[in-house]
Parts: sequence; structure tokens; C-alpha cells
Amino acid sequence: MDFLRPASWEEALAAKAEHPTAVPIAGGTDVMVEINFDHRRPEYLLDLNRIGDLSEWEVGEDSVRLGASVPYTKIMENLRGELPGLALASHTVASPQIRNRGGVGGNLGTASPAGDAHPALLAAGAEVEVESVRGSRRIPIDAFYTGVKRNALAADELIRAVHVKKADGPQQFSKVGTRNAMVIAVCAFGLALHPETRTVRTGIGSAAPTPVRAKAAEEFLNAALEEGGFWDNGQIITPSVAKQFADLCSAACNPIDDVRGTASYRRHAVGVMARRTLTWTWESYRGTRRLTEGAA
Amino acid sequence: MASPSGTPTKITQGSQTKGGIGESTLRPDGTLKVTGEFAYSSDMWHEDMLWGQILRSTVAHAEIVSIDTGEALAMPGVYAVLTYDDLPTDVKNYGLEIQDTPVLAHGKVRHHGEPVALVAADHPETARRAAAKIKVDYRELPVITDEASATAPDALLVHENRDDHHAGHVPHPNIVHRQPIVRGDVTAARERADVIVEGEYTFGMQDQAFLGPESGLAVPEEDGGVHLYIATQWLHSDLRQIAPVLGLPEDKVRMTLSGVGGAFGGREDLSMQIHACLLALRTGKPVKIVYNRFESFFGHVHRHPAKLYYEHGATKDGKLTHLKARIVLDGGAYASASPAVVGNASSLSVGPYVVEDVDIEAIALYTNNPPCGAMRGFGAVQACFAYEAQMDKLAVKLGMDPVEFRRLNAMEQGTLLPTGQPVDSPAPVAELLRRVKAMPMPPERQWESSEGADVRQLPGGLSNTTHGEGVVRGVGYAVGIKNVGFSEGFDDYSTAKVRMEVLNGEPVATVHTAMAEVGQGGVTVHAQIARTELGVTQVTIHPADTQVGSAGSTSASRQTYVTGGAVKNSCELVREKVLEIGRRKFGSYHPAWATAELLLEGGKVVTDGGEVLSDLADVLEGEAVEVEAEWRHRPTEPFDLRTGQGNGHVQYSFAAHRAVVEVDTELGLVKVIELACAQDVGKALNPLSVLGQIQGGTTQGLGVAVMEEIVVDPKTAKVKNPSFTDYLIPTILDTPTIPVDVLELADEHAPYGLRGIGEAPTLSSTPAVLAAIRNATGLELNRTPVRPEHLTGTQLSEG
Repeated sequence: MDFLRPASWEEALAAKAEHPTAVPIAGGTDVMVEINFDHRRPEYLLDLNRIGDLSEWEVGEDSVRLGASVPYTKIMENLRGELPGLALASHTVASPQIRNRGGVGGNLGTASPAGDAHPALLAAGAEVEVESVRGSRRIPIDAFYTGVKRNALAADELIRAVHVKKADGPQQFSKVGTRNAMVIAVCAFGLALHPETRTVRTGIGSAAPTPVRAKAAEEFLNAALEEGGFWDNGQIITPSVAKQFADLCSAACNPIDDVRGTASYRRHAVGVMARRTLTWTWESYRGTRRLTEGAA
Repeated sequence: MASPSGTPTKITQGSQTKGGIGESTLRPDGTLKVTGEFAYSSDMWHEDMLWGQILRSTVAHAEIVSIDTGEALAMPGVYAVLTYDDLPTDVKNYGLEIQDTPVLAHGKVRHHGEPVALVAADHPETARRAAAKIKVDYRELPVITDEASATAPDALLVHENRDDHHAGHVPHPNIVHRQPIVRGDVTAARERADVIVEGEYTFGMQDQAFLGPESGLAVPEEDGGVHLYIATQWLHSDLRQIAPVLGLPEDKVRMTLSGVGGAFGGREDLSMQIHACLLALRTGKPVKIVYNRFESFFGHVHRHPAKLYYEHGATKDGKLTHLKARIVLDGGAYASASPAVVGNASSLSVGPYVVEDVDIEAIALYTNNPPCGAMRGFGAVQACFAYEAQMDKLAVKLGMDPVEFRRLNAMEQGTLLPTGQPVDSPAPVAELLRRVKAMPMPPERQWESSEGADVRQLPGGLSNTTHGEGVVRGVGYAVGIKNVGFSEGFDDYSTAKVRMEVLNGEPVATVHTAMAEVGQGGVTVHAQIARTELGVTQVTIHPADTQVGSAGSTSASRQTYVTGGAVKNSCELVREKVLEIGRRKFGSYHPAWATAELLLEGGKVVTDGGEVLSDLADVLEGEAVEVEAEWRHRPTEPFDLRTGQGNGHVQYSFAAHRAVVEVDTELGLVKVIELACAQDVGKALNPLSVLGQIQGGTTQGLGVAVMEEIVVDPKTAKVKNPSFTDYLIPTILDTPTIPVDVLELADEHAPYGLRGIGEAPTLSSTPAVLAAIRNATGLELNRTPVRPEHLTGTQLSEG
């Protein structure tokens, strides 16, 4: 195995162009596990740690440009206001040591349905900035996940950053694991209210071959909120609406039975999380709750 | 060859105080472990050493058609590739009690992950690559995975031609051992019962999950022997199994205990010991083997999963009438400690209760599942889960308080076990229950704060699944009984060598035993005993090795009792010799030398009246005293093979728990809020260590209540979750506050009145948590661990 250590982004792109099978490594929290378990044995490892730019972020007018290697700890500490859903998701990633190393770029690169960042990115709305020697492009998050542990990257492309829309309303993230900390997701759910567009977006993790949005649930809720004038009157969402939203989120799942949980549990749990996160965000939107994220 | 680095060294422990028994002296290895400086066996290093790697079976049950090692041997850097055909003597199997485990598979593999071949190479990665190049052609066989498949009329035999000492009395060759216990008249007693409750319980396969994986270093010696540095629980038991396979006399296999990162029963059986020695002797070079976590899950036995069928009766005034119980333990592919686990499970199946009429049967199966053997609680854990669930069911049926119902039936000193053996030391079962119930309850809704819900205090924790929605509190109680020490007639002795001399003008004691310090704190306690008995401050603990007699196993809660007893005994013998020297040297100066009861205290010889006769330094000037002696607890007897009657146990340990849990009833997630424990320890030799043992055992019991389980595919008998990603153990956020109330009721038969303490809290913790979850949810919950799908009715697949 050859270990490539480009000193700059340009060198990294050149290396990736020359060795399309090279596996990029930043925090190593995913890649090293795979190597240690002998699940993969890449010909080349492309170490991105010398490229400082990848660990920086920039808060723009509408969105945050988050370098691919910005560790989860930094997101929790610095971007809670702009990216509340992603900050909550970051909280649930593994252990403090791993949160100090791992970043969203790794989650996107691996594209495992169990990656904690995905539901938050789907709910917030995001674009993945990827680049190769051929040029740069932005892939909408909805088009990014193409299959089980597969993404829309070309062989010569690297993830440089992700542009996440700044929260224009309350966001929530919930994850079920069978331990109270440091646990891989059995399933996860992200929800964001977008009062500016009067829409709701969702993200489901570990309950389908890829991270997915519950689009039918979103459409139903968007229509129900509009119809009832909820965005304006700020009334409590009726339990029947919340229940139907939850049921549609469950229906958006395509889960499997595995050692972490049954398919029917996943479907059930996504529904519960959908209902609860909708309640929390909506209460927050109505301004009746001082804090909706849960203090931690 | 020179000693490798990372070899254990002598530890000299001073003390600012007397540092004797009853004090919470600090562990000599504590700071090193916390700061990462402690040398574990995996840290050992020898110049010019090779790395060993084991190739393991990828299937659970198969004939081996062929093994081709050619490509592996041809790899540069590879020094040796060994298979069954390379074993040097006729002894090709090993085992704790039954020698049924092949050193390397021969013709057949019987479980997933069985060792098939060995590689030694100059780099661990080379060794792994080479092992992967060994081609094994398997012809798969149907798998035996449970009682039905093991005892079916056409069942394949996991072991053909059994000739072990259990083979003659078992009803089927796929049953390792069967122990019935029959006492009184169950049929008549059943007639007296006003209520009957039945239950069928399932206990999942728990892993010891010690943090330091199996590892060791074998160094060939000039005399043709080998020196093995190893993390184990019992050096001499290993030695007895290793030497015959190597074809060496035992004195040519030297063993030194290296740093052990936890054990919990998982190091009672051999792992890589023989493999490393074989490779070292073949290559003439030191060979180190270290398992990674994945391999560790295959490299040691687990706790027996069990099915337990219980029927209890009680009169309407709440007195138990009878017990019918059948306990089926899955021993997996090799016997390991299964026979002894059967003995414990059957003899302790009634729990700490008075039940005079019983009909009990326990068996262990041979299957193609992973081998199971010793783990903290050893058969008593599975039984406690079942009988405590039964006690709650009975209390409900009788309309009684669960604690009062238990107290009404609690055993006490003098009660007969179902084996007919009287309990001949304090058995404060009712008192422990009273105490644990009397502890203040943790406040409700602790997650509520002025800033909103503190999710760390809620089920799901930082995963942020509830802010209080669906959360229901439940409370549950349980109590258990564990035997201490090896039972059923086993010669359960320990040896201690104690030396006393003057160094730099100060009397110093050296304690040398073969006791495996696996984290229990035995080295601390030995120094405390020596200080108490010999009146010294400075005590040196010699590294454990086979240059001294056996100390028995660090298991069965026995080390403080038995090796501690041996240290005490040897200290007493040393003291007599010291006093003899004193009488010889100074007897003529003071009549008290001849007439008074003499003690060693504060570095001096004093009379029982407190008069100082001499400095120890003066007595020992120019003389050193050394004694090596074996020490035994009272003998036990085997259980009768038909009736189970017999004085099989020597001592018991009792603990009770009250669990307070909060369950997110919609998501099926559990937060254990508090696990209060009351335990009788006889005498706390080191109160801080006692607390640590109780809190650790309690947490390990919590683990198997709500998360810990090795999942084996019933179709293939393959392990599905051999990693810490999917085999979950409690984190600090899963660990509740554990208030502990310690009783010290002396057992007059034991040194200082002490009781073995390490296992009892592991028993009652699990059923207490389950009882609390049942209390919160109203669900029956007959299996452990309980998973979210069991609490939400979603356990069935959609397909």
C-alpha cells in the first residue's frame, strides 16, 4: 500500500487523477476501521491532512461552507446556531476522540446509510462541492447518495467542502442506538423547518439502502400546514396531522433486519422520531419552548 | 536469551499507615494503568522476535478435505506454517476438564473460528497475509445449534467416541454433563400449593469483553525448553495442558504472568499459549501472538446461553412449596468448564430461598455454536435470572409485595440447599433485601432543568430521542446466591512463599505466589495481609510465575479467600520461625519470650499486653526466614449423579439489588437510573476494592440486561457481531449511580471471616434491571438482554 501525502489541494487532485483507486483519508475514523478489519486493501491511501483549507469553514449569507475535514467537535462548538441539525448529529458521533478527528467529508465519502451527518444534511439542504483536475462542481445532496455505500463522485474527484443552508427555522436530529452514547445508529431522523419557503425537509438514516428523504411525508405536511394556515397562526399541529406525517415517514423506509435491529423496529422508530422531532421543532417555531435541542 | 521488555518486575509497596487489612490501601498498578504506562502482555517485545498468526475456520461445522500451505510458506518473511500434522507428540488435544479441544483442527472443524493452522513471520502483517494464503477445502456439515438439533434421533455427534468421565451417565453423546437434583416429594408438595407459576426463560450469550486481548510471548530456551510470558487466570492449569502437547516435562516450560487486561473467566481456557510455544520451538526464535478484537471474540469461551424452564408453587400465605426446574446450557463445540457450570446452575437453581421439595435437572449441550465456559457468576447467573423472575410472578399472583415475599422465603444460616448441604455461615438474605429497599429513592424526572431537558439523563442520552415523551419509571428487586471457590470435591488449594529479612536495617517481607493478578487487586491484598501478620511496612510482591507452587485460578471469587489464606498461613509460619529466632537470640533477656503470646507489630516483637521485646531488625539480623506452603479450605464432595445430594460447596456470597430504570416505552430504550446494592462481604480486607468489585459486577450484570449479546446465526452457527461496534458494553452514560451498603458478617471458617465478593453482584443486577423494566412496561420479558424490539412489539421481521 502506497501512502500519498500531497502538500496542497492541487497536488491532491493530481494524485487522485493519476491514481483513481486511491482512497482519501482524513480523520481515518472510517477508513482505518475498514483497513484494520481487512475489509478493504486500497493500493493507495491519499492523506489529506496536510491540506489545512479542508479543516476550515466560512459562514456566508445563506449557507455555511464547511471544509470536508472540519471535525465534528468544531461543528458542535462553533456552528450550533447556523447548523443546529448537523450540530446535534455531530453530538451523537462515536466518542469525543473520534469527534475530534472525523468530519463530514468522511461520512459523505463512505456514504454508509448509518452515517450520522446524512439525515441532517438532507433536512437542512446542502450541496457537496467536489473537484478534480477537470474542474469543480456542486452535487445537490438529494442526488449524492446513489446506492449502498456509493455516491455520485467520479473516480478522479475529491470532496472539498459541503455547503449547508443556514437554518432559517428550528431543526432537530434524533438517533436510535441500543446504548446511551458511542453507538452506531439503528436508525436516525433529521427534520428542518424552513419558514422562509414554508416547507419542511426530512432525512432518514439507516432505514433504507441509502440516506433518504421522506418526500411524501414532506409534501403531505407542507400541504397540511399551508391549508390550515399554521405558518401564520402558529397553532399546535393537530395530532392526526402529526400521526399521518409519522406514518408517511415510516412508509418512506425500506429497512432490513440485521444484528442491530429488525426492519419493523426501524420503521416504527422512524415514525416515533418523526412525530417527536416535528413536535419539538414546531413548538420551537411557535416560540413556546425556550430550548428545543435538549441541553447537553 | 535475555528477558523481553515488558516483563513484570517486583513491586515494593510501602505504606504511610499500617497498611494492614481493613484499610483502603491503593493499588500499586493503579496509577500505571490510568496513565497508560502499565505493561500489558500485548506490550511485550523481544529482539529478533517473530509474530504468530492463527488461521481460523470460516465455517462452523465441516470436514477438512485438504489444507494447502505451499503458497503461505513461499512468502518472504514467513518462517513456519504449522498444521495438525506438525504437532510433535501424541497429545494433540487440551481442555480444562475434558481434553476434547484440538490444538489445531484435525479432519473436522466444530465451530466458527476454530484454529486450523499457524504462521510465524517477521512482521505481523506478513503473518496475516500468509495465513490468508493457506487454502483450506471444507466440506460443510449440518450445524447443531440447540437442544432439539443436538438430541434429534439422527443428530450428528459433535464428538464421536467419547470416553470422558461424563460420557457414561449422559442421556445423549451431545450432552456434556447432566446433573439432576432430587429432594423431598415434589408431587405431594405441589398438592399443597395454592398458586403455581411457570416460566420459560432465555439467557443470551455474554462475552467477557476484557479490554486487553489475548496475547503472549514464547521464548525458546537453551535447554530445549520454552519460557512463556502470558496473560492468564491460572498459570499452573495452563502449564499442565501445554507441556504434554509440546512433549516437554513441566520444568522445561517456564511461565511468567505478564500484564493482564481483565479476564472475567475468559482466560481460564488456553487461547494462544500452545500455538506460540509450538512456533517458538519450531523456529528457534521468540514468537509473539496478539489477537485483535475481532479475533478475541473467537479466541475465548463465552458465558453459556441458556434456556430455563421453571415451575414454582406457593401457599396463599406466601410460602414456597416446590420447584421443578430444567436448565439447558449451550456449551458449544468443546467442553471447557461446562460440567462445573452445570453443577453450579443445578445446585444454586433454587436461589437463596427455602424450598424443601425440588426436582431439578441441568444439562450442558455440545453444539456447533461458539464454545462456552467460565464467566463471572458461572451458572449461578443464568439461574438467578430465572428464579428472580419467578419470585416476581408469584408475588403478583399472591398479591404480595415482591420484597416481602422474598423475605418470607429467604434462606438463613442452617437452611439446607437442595443438595442437602446446610448453609453453615451467616446468610443475611432477608436483611440485604431490607437494606436495599430502605435506601432513599432517586428523585423523579431528573432530566428537567431550567434550560430544558438534559438528554444525558434520559433514555437515548445524547442521541436525543426523547425530551421526556413516553418515559416511564420502573423499580425492581433481586437477590442471588453464588458459591465461592471450586466446588464438588475439587482440591482447591493455593501456595504462598513468604520471605522475611532485613534490608537496609528495615524488616521487609516478600510474597511470592503464582496468583494471576487480572485486575482484582490481589497484589494489594497480599501486601496488606503480610503487613498485618508480620508487623512490617515494606512488602515486595514477586512477579507471579511457575517457580512457586500453584495458586489456583483467579476465578470463582476465590483468590482473596484461598491465595489470601495461603499468604496468611505462610506469614503465620514465618512468624513462628521469627519468634523462634528471637527466643534463641534474646529469650534469656526477658521471661515474656517464653511465657507471653507474642505478636509482630510496627516492626517489633511485642507481647499481647503491648510490651516491646525487640526490634524485628535485630531478630532478623543475619538471618532470613522463608516458607513456601500450600493451604486448603475445607474439603467439598461431589454431587451424587442421580440425586445431586452432597456437600458440594464451601462458602456462599449474597448480594441484593434494587434497580430504578426509566424506559422510553415508545422507542424501547432504557436508562438505568440507579442500581443500589447491598452485599455481605464477611470482612472487607480493602473497602475501596470491595466497592470497585461490587460496582464493576453490577455494571457487567446491567450489560447483559440491556445490551450485551453475541448473536449467532441459527442457520449457520456463525457469529454475527464480533466487534465493539455491534457487541455493546455499557459506557459511563449507561452506568447508573451505584450506592453500596456493605455488611460484614464473619464466616468463621474463612480467613479473617472474609467472603469472596467478585461474582455475587453480577447475579442479581441483571434480574433487578429486568424486573424494573417489567414494572415500567407491564411486559413479561422472558429473555435477556432485552432489546428495543422486545419493548415495542417489533421483534418479528416484516418478510
